[in-house]
Amino acid sequence: MSPSKILPALPLLVAGTIATPAMAASVTITIPQIKVAEYHRPYVAGWVEPVAGGNARTIFVWYDVKKAGREPGTKWLADLRTWWRKGGSSMKMPADGLTGATRAPGSYTVAIPANLPAGQYVLKVEAARETGGRELVSVPFSVPAKGGTASGKTELGTITIR
Amino acid sequence: MRFRTIMIAAAVSSALATPALAHRMWLLPSTTTLAGTNEYVTVDAAVSNDLFYPDHMPMDPAQVSVWAPDGSEGKLENASKGRYRGTFDVAINKPGTWKIGMNRSSIGGTFKVGTEEWRVGGRGRPAGPPGAPGAGGPGAGGPGAGGPGGAGGQPPRMVATVADIPANATAIKLSESQTSYAIYVSSDAPTKGVLTPTGKGLEFDPITHPDALVSDEEAQFRFLIDGKPAAGVKVTVIPGGKKYREAEDAQELTTGADGVLRIKWPVAGMYWMSASAEDNKPSDKRAQTRRMSFTSTLEVVAP
Repeated sequence: MSPSKILPALPLLVAGTIATPAMAASVTITIPQIKVAEYHRPYVAGWVEPVAGGNARTIFVWYDVKKAGREPGTKWLADLRTWWRKGGSSMKMPADGLTGATRAPGSYTVAIPANLPAGQYVLKVEAARETGGRELVSVPFSVPAKGGTASGKTELGTITIR
Repeated sequence: MRFRTIMIAAAVSSALATPALAHRMWLLPSTTTLAGTNEYVTVDAAVSNDLFYPDHMPMDPAQVSVWAPDGSEGKLENASKGRYRGTFDVAINKPGTWKIGMNRSSIGGTFKVGTEEWRVGGRGRPAGPPGAPGAGGPGAGGPGAGGPGGAGGQPPRMVATVADIPANATAIKLSESQTSYAIYVSSDAPTKGVLTPTGKGLEFDPITHPDALVSDEEAQFRFLIDGKPAAGVKVTVIPGGKKYREAEDAQELTTGADGVLRIKWPVAGMYWMSASAEDNKPSDKRAQTRRMSFTSTLEVVAP
């Protein structure tokens, strides 16, 4: 996977296009440092599911956007197996405002769509790493804004909705 | 869908036709879920007792057909038959759900000539007393050459096909056997085109898509006979990898009044699922009964 040009501390340019100014809710995702001989940045997807049922809405997908050829970066999107089943498999990649390159370890903030109807939701973040593990973290939240936080154990760090 | 009518002499066929025996035929795809239309699935094909451990007989890939999501015929590539295992690749080059497998139909049974019982088709039964030719050949030694109880004195007790039943046969009992095996592989979003029922025989009409199975979610599969929901269909569900645990851990399930089977998965993994039913509505009027089976290999992912 090619190194991202985006530094961890900077706002996400791609995801930023769906952000509404000021008061919109956002989620901060932490990708942990993992000390292994062969490290590849994880593929990570985040989506919102209404608790009452209904379609999942993808809010970001980080994958190897640049890799083309015989084995394009999209090949491993299905490794984000829950996201893939919840709607990823029917998305056209890359998707404007949703997809971006894989991220190095660090914390990243992504806007949550401002036009979610009031109600209870679960934000899910799934990470899958080449030659590594896979993890799914759920963070319940509600609209109007009531945040939440949860932590992964292996492939994801703290996920906080504000 | 094509129904291939073949002679039931092959050992593979006999394993399919008699689910009570332990030998199981199976197809094992390398995956059931792919991203993009640039990928291949590679499939193992074999007959063995334990799933999915090839240690008995290969299955000939030549028996296998491929249905693309748009209904067109797909292609087997790199087919080979090894000592224990057949193998082939399929280019999954269109989005949607593909079907890989086979449909077969055959007639077998028994009849009498005088007091002696004869069989139609081979079911692993010895061809006859010493001096009889090899299994099921309609040639020398069959009814055409001397006839049952004929001059030879030691006729074989088997004919190959229904067409070989002699005119003086009595007590003819014939059963139609319809077997199908299908695995499903999806590129991008799963579709249901290849799952459209034909209204003939026992069919798989899943409510939960077979390429969207998760170990913590109950799967619901409807079964149809001649297009109508089929209650009381017996279904065996076995997780692969028996070598690595104490027991086979088979689930013996039955469809409900609505024809729907509800499956809970004890673990994630590849499963072998085989449904069977019998009735007295054969499509071939020469038969009195019909035995039907549908078998699949299903991939169940962890949540």
